[in-house]
Amino acid sequence: MQPPAEHVHWLFATGFLLLGLCLLARAIVGAEVWDRRAWRAYLWPSLLFGLGVLMWPVMVFFTNSAIHMIAHSAWAQTMMLAGAAELGLLRGKLHARAWHLALPLALAVSGIALLVHEQNGWYFARAAFLHHALGWTALIGALFPLLSTFRPRARVLGAGLALTLVVVSVLLYSDRDVAPVFGHLSPLAGEPHR
Amino acid sequence: MSTQLISERALARSRTLRARLVGALGPLTMLGGVAWAFLQPYRLTVLHPHGQGFWWLLVQPPLLVVGVGIVFALAIAPGLIEDLEDDAATR
Repeated sequence: MQPPAEHVHWLFATGFLLLGLCLLARAIVGAEVWDRRAWRAYLWPSLLFGLGVLMWPVMVFFTNSAIHMIAHSAWAQTMMLAGAAELGLLRGKLHARAWHLALPLALAVSGIALLVHEQNGWYFARAAFLHHALGWTALIGALFPLLSTFRPRARVLGAGLALTLVVVSVLLYSDRDVAPVFGHLSPLAGEPHR
Repeated sequence: MSTQLISERALARSRTLRARLVGALGPLTMLGGVAWAFLQPYRLTVLHPHGQGFWWLLVQPPLLVVGVGIVFALAIAPGLIEDLEDDAATR
């Protein structure tokens, strides 16, 4: 009854798409308007925290090597940390603005983990290509929340983060277990099954 | 025309534009999902359900994208536009 790995990627893509849309809307209207309703203010950090929690079963059931497992647990931990830090700041339990740095940290760690745990080149198979693309997207995207910590009212930075998450979602939706990328598929990758 | 009136009108225009943008996010996402379904119909197993397993029938990416658009358009955008207008009225 376990879903294929590609389905798990698509489900996470859906979560990231919703998160990206929320952050895009927040960037458009501004944090003051977005935070007017408590449930809405808590929505995006809760989503981020929830995605981190859901990454744990992925780590347990879908990883087949130590480096793969470490990468997934790094994503789980940093996403939970970023979500929890934003929730703590909203609730008033945390006060230091430096806690906002948990979000760029999560993206940077995720990006590095993606790049490090992918052992094959860009054109080995679609999954390898997506790992490289996702890694660089997360690393470059980390600049938006990093700069936003110091310039919280800059909407372009908020929109940049939101669009980074939308790109992450598009890349995750493109994932297949074994499939070619731009016509390239290494014979070592296996047979494309669908 | 006073400069205060001009700046108030510019502010109102900017709010209307923002409300339209927020209102468009959900439908645009849905449109993206529908366009994807037309471009890659094989990713919709509901069109050829015979012999498909549980997960293949449950997780159909273009429908998930449409679903996210619907959730945003129905659950998030209306209240947000209302609050944007309230914010404009109180200033």
